[in-house]
Amino acid sequence: MAPDIEAVAEQVFVALADPTRRTILAALATDGPSTATDLAARLPITRQAIAKHLALMADAGLVTPEPGERRRVRYRLRSGPVQLAQQFLAALAHNWDDRLDALQDYLTKP
Amino acid sequence: MPFPDRIERTLTLARAPREVWQALTTADGLSAWFGERASIDLRPGGAATMTFAGGVTVDMRVERVEEPAVFAYTWRLPDLSEDDPRRTYVEFTLEPDGDGTLLRVVETGFAQLPVDTRRETYDSHSDGWSRELAELAEHLDGA
Repeated sequence: MAPDIEAVAEQVFVALADPTRRTILAALATDGPSTATDLAARLPITRQAIAKHLALMADAGLVTPEPGERRRVRYRLRSGPVQLAQQFLAALAHNWDDRLDALQDYLTKP
Repeated sequence: MPFPDRIERTLTLARAPREVWQALTTADGLSAWFGERASIDLRPGGAATMTFAGGVTVDMRVERVEEPAVFAYTWRLPDLSEDDPRRTYVEFTLEPDGDGTLLRVVETGFAQLPVDTRRETYDSHSDGWSRELAELAEHLDGA
């Protein structure tokens, strides 16, 4: 197991805990790679706030900067950390308790 | 934040291991308590499928068949996309317990890294793109 697996999942959940960052991530998932300016035009958030959140999320590896048009930085969603967090949620959602109750019921039926 | 890699449960069942074995390893048994529909080719490496309420079907691979003591399979988590290579490993262990069975189920592998979480791999890929885009930008600037 990689040593940073918990840290990666934590960064995803910290990012998702903030409504502004959720909005930005959702916009990148919906519309694809975008610059802070693109996002400010579409979202009710200032360009400055968007740029700050994007920089934080780039440090966390959730988005990756790449050169865009007119020398602007464009941000692309990185799915790896999210897939890892999904694995954490899968462990929680994996309901062996209900399944084993069902097995017990099945085996005690007359 | 502890990342859960392993789920383990132990329970006592009133039926003998032979009956529990049938419930775990036959299509009829599995579809009675686990999924809505099941199919299984009961041999190591054999294919199995489980269809859950709602219509999601998950492919499984039988890994261990040691009647009536150990049955194990690997499967894709229903929450992950179909092309995701990650699998978890599920192992049932049956032990006689008086007239009944002590059943233990262990599922492991939740803490696997998705392929593109490996930063080196991703970064070399993204560096490639950055370079290409920078070259394109220069080309367009020069035009």
